[in-house]
This record gives sequence, C-alpha cells and structure tokens, in this order.
Amino acid sequence: MFDNVNWLEVGKAGIDTLLMLAGSLTLTVAIGIPLGVLLFLSGKGKLAANPVVNAVLSFVVNVLRSLPFIILLIVMLPLTMLLVGTSLGVLGAIPPLVVGTAPFYARLVENALREVDHGVVEATQAMGGSTFQIVMRALLPEALPGIIAGATVSAIALVGYTAMAGVVGAGGLGDLAVRFGYQRFQTDVMFVTVVLLLVLVQILQMLGDWLVARVSHR
Amino acid sequence: MIRLEGVTRRYSSRAGDRVALDNVDLEIGRGEIFGVVGRSGAGKSTLIRTINRLETPDGGRVIVDGEDITALDAKGLLKARRRIGMIFQHFNLLNSKTIEANVAFPLMLEGRPKAEITARVAELLAQLGLAEHAKKYPRQLSGGQKQRVGIARALACGPQVLLCDEATSALDPETTEDILNLLDQLNRELGLTIVMITHQMEVVRRVCDRVAVLKDGKVVETGRTADVFLNPAHPVTQAMLAEDDDGFDAAMAPVGGQMARLTFRGASTYEPELSRIARETGVDYSILSGRISRIRGEPCGQLLVVFTGGDATVAMARLTENGVAVEAIQKEAR
Ligand SMILES: Nc1ncnc2c1ncn2[C@@H]1O[C@H](COP(=O)(O)OP(=O)(O)OP(=O)(O)O)[C@@H](O)[C@H]1O
Ligand SMILES: [Mg+2]
Repeated sequence: MFDNVNWLEVGKAGIDTLLMLAGSLTLTVAIGIPLGVLLFLSGKGKLAANPVVNAVLSFVVNVLRSLPFIILLIVMLPLTMLLVGTSLGVLGAIPPLVVGTAPFYARLVENALREVDHGVVEATQAMGGSTFQIVMRALLPEALPGIIAGATVSAIALVGYTAMAGVVGAGGLGDLAVRFGYQRFQTDVMFVTVVLLLVLVQILQMLGDWLVARVSHR
Repeated sequence: MIRLEGVTRRYSSRAGDRVALDNVDLEIGRGEIFGVVGRSGAGKSTLIRTINRLETPDGGRVIVDGEDITALDAKGLLKARRRIGMIFQHFNLLNSKTIEANVAFPLMLEGRPKAEITARVAELLAQLGLAEHAKKYPRQLSGGQKQRVGIARALACGPQVLLCDEATSALDPETTEDILNLLDQLNRELGLTIVMITHQMEVVRRVCDRVAVLKDGKVVETGRTADVFLNPAHPVTQAMLAEDDDGFDAAMAPVGGQMARLTFRGASTYEPELSRIARETGVDYSILSGRISRIRGEPCGQLLVVFTGGDATVAMARLTENGVAVEAIQKEAR
C-alpha cells in the first residue's frame, strides 16, 4: 500500500494547490464582482443602462468563457510572463486561472444581482439613494447569498483548473497525479491525489453552503 | 403641496406608443389624504411615481412644496426624495437586514451620525409598535407588520409627503383597516400629506379627503370623496362603485311605481325622515338597495326606493325640503 507515495511531495503539492486556489480565487472574486456589477448595471432597463458597454463586456466575457481552459493556458503564456515574470509554478498559474474563472464568476454575480427584487432598488431610489449606494448598500447585500454560492462554484471549478495547470508546469496535486499516477502508472499516487482533491472539493462546498445559510434571510 | 401641471408620460415599444399619462393636472393640498383610483393600466402607478420622479415625465411639471421636481439636477433630486416617503404594495424591505436596520436605512443613506440614527430608529419602532421586532428579519413578520416597517422607514427622514402605491392591496381586510387607521392617525398627528393609489374603493371611502379618477392616463373626475362617491359623474367611476356595491340593476326590479334614489348626508342620515314623510303623505315605499355608511368620517346613505300608492311627487318634494337629495329614476321599458 502507498509504496510509491512520497508524503513530503504530496504535502508540498497540496500546499501548492491551496496557494493557487487561494490566490486565484481572491483575484477572481476581486475582479468578478465589479465586472458582474458592471454587466448588471449596463444591462437593458437597468440603473446605468448602456448598450455599448454592455455589448463589449458581454462579448469579452463570452469569448473568455468559450475558450477551453487548456487552450487558454497556452494562449496566455506570453501575457503570464509579462505579468508575473514566469509561466511556471504557483505564480505562473494564477493569471490563466483568474482569466479563465473571473468572467464565469462575473456572470454568476450578474445573475445573483438579477435575482434581487427590483422593488428593493426602487425603494432605495425613493429614499434618495445614489446609484453607488444602491449597489453597495442594497444590491450587493441582498445578493450576497448568490454571490457566495457563485464563489463556491468558481472555487470548485478552480480546483479542476489547477490540476490542468499542473500539466504545464504549475505543480500541485494535479501535476503529481499526472506525472506519477498517470505517466508512471503509480496507481497509489493517483489514488491519494484524487482523494485529496475530492476532500478539498467537499470542504469547499460545505464551507460555501454554510456561509450561504448564514447570510440568507429570505 | 403637490401640483401636477400638464404631466405627460409616453412609453414607446415595438407594439407602438402608449400614453400612460395624458396631460394630467392635479392639485393636492397640504395635510390632505388624496386618493387616485382607476382600473388596471389606467396610469395610477405612473402618476404617483412622477411625484418623486421615479418616473420622469416627458412633459409638464411636478411641484412639491414649492419645488419643481422635474427641474432638479441629480443631486437635488436625491435630496428632494428624502422629503417624500414612499410605501409599496409588496413592502420592498431589504431581506438581508433586520427590522431596525431597515428603518435605519434611509438615515444611513443620508449619512446621519450613528447616535442620532439609533435614537430615531428606537423612537420610530416604539411609535409604530414594532419595538419587539427590532432584531427580527422581514421574513419573520406578517404582511401587516411588514407594511408598518415600510411606513416607519418612509417616515425616518421626516417627510412632508407620503406616497402609497397600492399599500394595502396585498393585505387582508382586517390588516388593511389597521394600516388605514395608522395612515389616518399619521395624517392627523404629523399633518402628513398622503397620496394613495388604489383600486380598492373601500380604501378611498375610508380615508381619502378627495379623490381623482384616472382612465387611460387622463383624470376624468375629481372632487371630495363623498361628492364623487354619492354622485359619480363619469361612467368609469359609476362602474367601479357599482362593482364595489355588488351592482344592483334598477331595471331588473320586479315592481311598478315611482323609483327614486335618495341621498342622505350628515347627521340627518340617522333621522327617520323617510318613514315620517311616508306616513304623512300616505305613500308606501320598498327599499330595493341601499347603503348607510361613512365616507371619510361623514355619515351618509344612499337608498334606491320605489314609492307605491299615494302621491310620490309630493313625498319626493317633502324629502327634498328636508335636505334629502332626491333623484327620480324613470324605469326603462325593456
Ligand atoms: N416600463 C413601462 N414600459 C412600457 N409601458 C409601461 C411601462 N410602465 C407602464 N406602462 C404602461 O403604462 C400604462 C399605465 O401603467 P401603470 O402601471 O401606471 O398602470 P396602473 O394604473 O398602475 O395599473 P395597475 O392597477 O395594474 O397597477 C399601462 O398601459 C402600462 O402597460
Ligand atoms: Mg400600478
């Protein structure tokens, strides 16, 4: 049992995966929320309706979402070099992970904002709230459960992407699974990494669900 | 207090243009409870929403407390809106915030100091009987309680005007009564000017000093509630009142004789005029339909009667002398 498993390697790979996840999720949320808000606000009949802005944003988001992640990884190489100086390791993986996930997350945020009853926006307007206040004080708090649920979905997608990023030299559990488990037929390594990824996904889902339940008052 | 001058609002869609408000003139006095009724799609919501410019008119002016709302810039509009409270059919509370946070919300938007907000919220919650619900969330409250929170929130910044868009339409009759009493009380105690949009004639009858009837974006009738309700001039008003009154059709009455509509107003409503005059003039009468009630506190009644035997003309003249409005109705041959 587990003869081929170098637990130190596994531990390092696990930490790399967590670092990639933490870094890319933070940036995904930091970019995805404003982007989702812009998508929402510029939409037809919305607070800052602007067909041109909406069409451009929507187009960019759709293009990035339609690219298979493995292609994005390769296409992004020069940009990644430019941004972080390397295309390898945890650092090199973060730009493609963020570019691959933030547009997806932005759509989820947009949807969460659409779910908010328009009456709430109207009431805030009637109280003399500015557009900025409506977004910050009414829309985002009301949409928070959806925004967190979307972040959970994105985090889980990111776990899958980190495994793919592993193939092009990012390290992490996915890299371990491919290099040892697949290429060297070390089934035990494969098994351990898969179980760890599974556990990670479970924990993320449970954490996400717990947070959503905490902030839901509907 | 509120004046609408030639207010027009059009919507254009692929299906063509639609005039939601057609050159509406309206004057609402300070401290008045003013009702606006009309059928679905008449433009009621559009009308009330022009008062705080949630809806910007295409033409005309809206003046609230001497200030031309239609001419304000973005910043001025936000300030003006704080002096105009609004409540909604579906309450529109923030589900993510507690009751006290909901009531504090407009004060927070205005950037008032924290201590002041806390004090004002406590005062409002106590005033509206919501103190025990302060820490709850909207979903834990009944419809009537939610509307009370809506009212507390609308009053937070001390407005002079309260706009109510179908504020009681989602409530059961008992809760409606409760909310109407509350609005009536706020009107009396704070001198609050209230504009009520509703399709419930009963609501108007109960609390509105004056009423305007809207049809296809036009004001077709306006006046004191008792005047309009007892003598509706426009067919839409008549139809809406008839529906409210389960619509007695005089032409269906299976009796001969002189039919008449008698309208009593004020204290005399409770006097036995009809039976006294009938006795004196020797006519008999049967009551076909009728209603004795109060309109905005004023006792009034309207009876549809048919006189048989004796001299109906004399009886009707005597009734008129005694302050009863008499309208003889010719039964149409069918
Ligand atoms: N945003 C909009 N776009 C297009 N048409 C609209 C819009 N809002 C209202 N209308 C139209 O304007 C007219 C008046 O609508 P409004 O909502 O003011 O009616 P209402 O009297 O409040 O009706 P209800 O009793 O059903 O609430 C309707 O014919 C409606 O279809
Ligand atoms: Mg309406």
